[in-house]
Amino acid sequence: MGYNKVACVGAGITRFVRRAKETGRELAWEAAKMALDSAGMTLKDIDCVVMGTAPDAFDGVHMKGEYLADGSGGFCKPYMRHFVGGGTGVFAPIHGWQHVASGKFDTCLVVCEEKMSSTFPHPQGAFITIFDHTTEQALGPTLIWIFALEMNRYMQRWGLSERDVAKVSVQNKANAIDHPAAQLGQKITVEDVLNSEVLAWPVKRLDISPASDGAAAIILTNEHKARQVTDKPVWVSGVGWCLETAYWATRDLYYPVYVEKAAKMAYDMAGIREPDKEIHVAEPYDPFDYKMLHHMEGLLLCKRGEAAKLVADGVTARTGRLPCCPSGGALGVGNPIAATGLMKIIELFLQLRGEAGKRQIPGDPRVGVAQAWGDLMQVGTVVVMNR
Amino acid sequence: MLNEKLPGTPMSSEEFEKAITIEDHPALEYAWDDGVAIGRYLKELKNGRIVARTCSGCDRIMIPPRMFCELCWRPTDEWHFVKDTGVVNTFAVTRVNWDASRRGPNEPPLMPAVIEIDGASKGMGILHLLGDVDPKKVKIGMKVKAVWKPEKERTGAITDIKYFKPY
Repeated sequence: MGYNKVACVGAGITRFVRRAKETGRELAWEAAKMALDSAGMTLKDIDCVVMGTAPDAFDGVHMKGEYLADGSGGFCKPYMRHFVGGGTGVFAPIHGWQHVASGKFDTCLVVCEEKMSSTFPHPQGAFITIFDHTTEQALGPTLIWIFALEMNRYMQRWGLSERDVAKVSVQNKANAIDHPAAQLGQKITVEDVLNSEVLAWPVKRLDISPASDGAAAIILTNEHKARQVTDKPVWVSGVGWCLETAYWATRDLYYPVYVEKAAKMAYDMAGIREPDKEIHVAEPYDPFDYKMLHHMEGLLLCKRGEAAKLVADGVTARTGRLPCCPSGGALGVGNPIAATGLMKIIELFLQLRGEAGKRQIPGDPRVGVAQAWGDLMQVGTVVVMNR
Repeated sequence: MLNEKLPGTPMSSEEFEKAITIEDHPALEYAWDDGVAIGRYLKELKNGRIVARTCSGCDRIMIPPRMFCELCWRPTDEWHFVKDTGVVNTFAVTRVNWDASRRGPNEPPLMPAVIEIDGASKGMGILHLLGDVDPKKVKIGMKVKAVWKPEKERTGAITDIKYFKPY
């Protein structure tokens, strides 16, 4: 291949909470410092810094990347911020991979931060401007509307019930009990989900991940550097990303073609031909419970329309054949947008090193996939990692 | 292995509500250009008609209309009137407003929908609202027709169609 091998050698994460006392800079600093410490490295060892953080409108701080540069160790270094909505957290390591794989840099610190609690009355309000200003905003849309539209279409297409979908929320929130960063780890039942407040039918309160503050960070290096700092590197063996058209109402929402395209790109690079058999652990993006199902299908982890059955049969449990969201996912650990995707990458890193503690899945997992999704139901970002 | 005690200090609602908030109402007003394609679309909405654009590359009749085809990456070809009826591709029954505030107990839920417009290519839909129908009776696949504002109230906006209702 025409690029260098890239390893993940360290990781750090803060607690995910509804409102953190810490500023975004402080959260970024905590996660970045922890990642460096975990690899026995200092900022002097870092050649470049990548920052992933979602809309400036959350913080009311224009040029948020610049504002966060100090906390993430990016000052006086090659520093780049990017933003692809909810897809940001898995695009950040892809962005870091590009820096190291190209040979330009030996090491890259990847930091993702989100502070959603600054927006009043609710960060949802910051999303109105993602809709077309002339043909859609006048109708007063919110993101919850279009999730509801997508969920309804997905359920109707495959004959699923709200009960089938609720099982994802039950699984992920229970998994999160064992995650030290988790905001909403809890034992709930399918009935709890079904009886929770209807926000936009079919979406109910417990179908949705919370708004959160938090940060996460990883260290990426080339092979030479990785061998110096760890005997357990985890390789970034596949990356893929794809953006669909913004005419979201003119493509049938029941299947995320763009996630499939991103996944195929990543699998091709990683030499994976049968993802449903070769992947040992998956972290599909789950900002809503149906989205985990939707994304399992887009990631080709099962046939279209079959993901709900895998959840019902326990296949996606930590002890199942194909554990999905063993971290607890966005539904359980929390959803500080950009940091969520990187939390998923960190979960693969820990699982593949056998360091996930109470969350460790059995059977010596060697291959994992993480994915995030965002913009206007539009972007898929996928990373495959190997031990 | 992650430490069981991670950094990050949660604040309670009470602590948070004591926060000094800054209300910022910047005098930012935007005059968005409606564009060549959507400009004509809005003009025709004022006339009570829905106009699409055709592309001879992919043979699609596209709504909302566009001056270039994003699939063929070429200019589109002609204006083409489509019907003001369509089929519900998907819908929701919502109790939340754009800022996540809840609709009041006496306010009916809003029913946003993706409506595939008759006369456009299969699957070409727009976001709009449903009305004049019991939320429990709405179905995917239901046929709906535009309910227009009276002609003199129309302003050349997507809201010149009040909502779509079953017919």
